[in-house]
Amino acid sequence: MKYMLMMHAPRGTGDYQVGSWSPEDFEAHIEFMHQLNRDLTGSGELAGAEGLAAPGEARVVRAGKNGAPVVTDGPFPEAKEFLAGYWIVDVDRTERAYDIAARASAAPGPGGEPLGIPIEVRQVMSAPPVDG
Amino acid sequence: MTEEFPEAGVGRLLRDLAPQVLGAVARLHGDFADAEDAVQEALIAAATQWPAQGVPSNPRGWLYHVALRRLTDHLRSEIARRRREDAAAGEVWAEWAFVPPPDVEVGVDGDDTLVLLFMCCHPALTTPSAIALTLRAVGGLTTAEIANAFLVPEATMAQRISRAKQSIRASGVAFAMPGSAERTERLGAVLHVLYLVFNEGYASSVGPELQRTDLSGEAIRLARALHALLPADGEVAGLLALMLLTDARRAARTGAGGELIPLDEQDRTLWDPGQIAEGIALVSEALSRGSVGPYQLQAAVAAVHDEAARAENTDWPQILALYGLLERMTDNPMVSLNRAIAAAMVHGPETGLALLETLDSDPRMRGHYRLDAVRGHLHERAGDPERALAHYRAAAERTASIPERDYLTVKAARLAAGRRGGE
Repeated sequence: MKYMLMMHAPRGTGDYQVGSWSPEDFEAHIEFMHQLNRDLTGSGELAGAEGLAAPGEARVVRAGKNGAPVVTDGPFPEAKEFLAGYWIVDVDRTERAYDIAARASAAPGPGGEPLGIPIEVRQVMSAPPVDG
Repeated sequence: MTEEFPEAGVGRLLRDLAPQVLGAVARLHGDFADAEDAVQEALIAAATQWPAQGVPSNPRGWLYHVALRRLTDHLRSEIARRRREDAAAGEVWAEWAFVPPPDVEVGVDGDDTLVLLFMCCHPALTTPSAIALTLRAVGGLTTAEIANAFLVPEATMAQRISRAKQSIRASGVAFAMPGSAERTERLGAVLHVLYLVFNEGYASSVGPELQRTDLSGEAIRLARALHALLPADGEVAGLLALMLLTDARRAARTGAGGELIPLDEQDRTLWDPGQIAEGIALVSEALSRGSVGPYQLQAAVAAVHDEAARAENTDWPQILALYGLLERMTDNPMVSLNRAIAAAMVHGPETGLALLETLDSDPRMRGHYRLDAVRGHLHERAGDPERALAHYRAAAERTASIPERDYLTVKAARLAAGRRGGE
């Protein structure tokens, strides 16, 4: 079964304030994420992963009259968090998806302290089960 | 390239043979789209059978035979359908009843590969379609390999290629060499597509990996083939030289964790001297013939960088002069950006910053992360960490490349830490 693990970052002054971290802390964070992706690739559980560009460039689009796009600038002040990136993992059981999410959540921040990033876990819908 | 896999030898052979066989089949059959499907099926059959059963003694003849068999199979079922309506279909069939044996000598015409490149880079196609079709029809890559390189599902890539072929068919263009007037323009499109394939592999505009080796390698292989067909064309030589001189730095361009290492911080002993020597020879030869074009000039800039054993030995006045020539030849704001960097290296960061101001009014550059990244760098060199920090942060927010975002974020973090340290 597949799960999408969505990493939410607090909205603040841009991308979760990494600009104010020490370079060593930031590099440790990046290495942690690379290692996580390598491990998930190695275990054959990684079905996809993407990071999203910063929300300052985000736009909301609605269909206007005659279907033409109506584009509104982000960022969206009502949102406290934004989606920073996601993984899609293919795992045997739900608990394994939770384990992976917990590991991602504990990515190191300033001083090497775990950030406790909220990771939303949602099952990816699949084809109907085979009868019999 | 993946030389460690035993099937890599077969893969390479198939890629080299693909345009030759497709050229021969398309010449005979007349319809490029049908021929391309049939050859792709033959390539897939070979990729499955040859590693296990061995490569046939005449691999080109084998592929040609199998591709024609596939075409006649399709034609046969088509004719069976039509026979009910049209008794004359039998005459069409007669021409196709004979398929040469697998050991037939296939006439190889170098021009076929050129004609194929011109077809795949047809102006009726969008750039992503032209790239995909070029890699499949001329590069001999499978749809799955191309999809993998561009990180899209295989079905999506298959659809993109199929629509590209429909556009070519709808345009009514014959499988023939374009006239000489059209050729120059079409060659420009071919070079652009190869350049984009190389760039996609080298700079990797999306995703977590900075370099996608296979695409760069493919682009170099195709540019080599094109240079072999048109040895006297200075821009073809220039493009090949540019690719080689850039690719030579591959090993030094990323650190152990996949992070980006800029040119001035690279370990130059990791650069590939063979590729550098070949690239310099190519571009020197082309320029000595008196033909100057944008690819040759960019290759010349790359050569100046590659010739410097240490970053501080770089001949920046020469690079500045080359970008000056290039700026007069093309209307590309990235060239102006690079000229500003070179001017800063020669005359100081203030000169570079002043030149960048002209780019603010260019809609193609407004809000582009590269403009912020260069400003950050020049303000840092000018001793203005406040401004540098703001521009590095803005650039990190705007880039769509993860390695570049990480690099710029570290730059900003270093500056912020230095400021807090109270230097």
